[in-house]
Amino acid sequence: MDTLAKLDEVKTTPWAGGRSPFQVEYGKLMMWFFLLSDAFTFSAFLIFYGAQRFSKFTWPDPDLVFQSIPGITDVGAPLVFVGIMTFILIMSSVTMVLAVEAGHRNSKKEVVWWMVATIIGGLMFLGCQALEWSHLHHEGFWWGAIPNAEVIKELGADAVSAQQFSNLFFTITGFHGFHVFSGVIINIIILIMAAVGVFERRGHYLMVEKVGLYWHFVDLVWVFVFTFFYLV
Amino acid sequence: MSTENSNLEHAGEHHETMSKSRIWKVFFILLAITVIEFIIALAIPPAFLPTAFKNFLYVALTLVKAFYIVAFFMHLKFEKYSLIVGITVSFIFIIFFIVLMLTEGDYLNSHMNV
Repeated sequence: MDTLAKLDEVKTTPWAGGRSPFQVEYGKLMMWFFLLSDAFTFSAFLIFYGAQRFSKFTWPDPDLVFQSIPGITDVGAPLVFVGIMTFILIMSSVTMVLAVEAGHRNSKKEVVWWMVATIIGGLMFLGCQALEWSHLHHEGFWWGAIPNAEVIKELGADAVSAQQFSNLFFTITGFHGFHVFSGVIINIIILIMAAVGVFERRGHYLMVEKVGLYWHFVDLVWVFVFTFFYLV
Repeated sequence: MSTENSNLEHAGEHHETMSKSRIWKVFFILLAITVIEFIIALAIPPAFLPTAFKNFLYVALTLVKAFYIVAFFMHLKFEKYSLIVGITVSFIFIIFFIVLMLTEGDYLNSHMNV
């Protein structure tokens, strides 16, 4: 091949122009960009939490703060309830990915069924979080509020660290819970659209994939919240 | 618009994607890692495994879980190389921010006169 022929040759590399280098649909790419920005927001929250925890002399022991199972026992069961919540959220992530998989096969019935399962999982998680919040609220924790000095001492903390823990716990799990809530709303909208056959007429279930990305992201954030609030 | 979408679907057929068996495999990996975290937290006494080392294990296992969620559930592993790199390299800012803020927290801890 001579030099001139090489110059005339049409480049076919991903970035040579004329097509999307990412080979991903516009809405899906925008969802990724949004999730990236959302990841920065959550990271800022969690990193501030880490910085606060590093700076304090004491910190409430998570095994003592979170040791109740609402309706069953008030003490002696650390991590059990949050373990159930984690399982519910991972499970609803699985049903979501199964809905996406059914969408690839254009199976409307299965998409609808798995979307219903995902929404139920999301609502169960929100219910558990409401119970968790109400339990801590009854203990005396809230934004700007902590239990009395004796209880704080039992948890291995002091007034300053307990207050920071309380504020950050409700802010971060609240922000995450709001994401779960909006995710459930979006899932319901997509469920209705799938059920009335909008995607069937469109010929593809890309919308299910896009809300799926959002839903998995919510699960992803929970993995980090779970580690840094309940385990560490 | 419709031709664009059909192109995308056509492109999707070429590379591998998530099958049902693979979805369940990833689920059991995530479940197993969570169970391991519970065992470390509840069954192993602090004398046997220092808290600092436990915390290191939690963070490491969390990152493994995050990889499986992003790579398989969010399908990123099967996207184009440029998209994978574009998304993941951005997290260098977060790593920088972690180092920055934890150093700051540590400094405050050693200079607080309470």
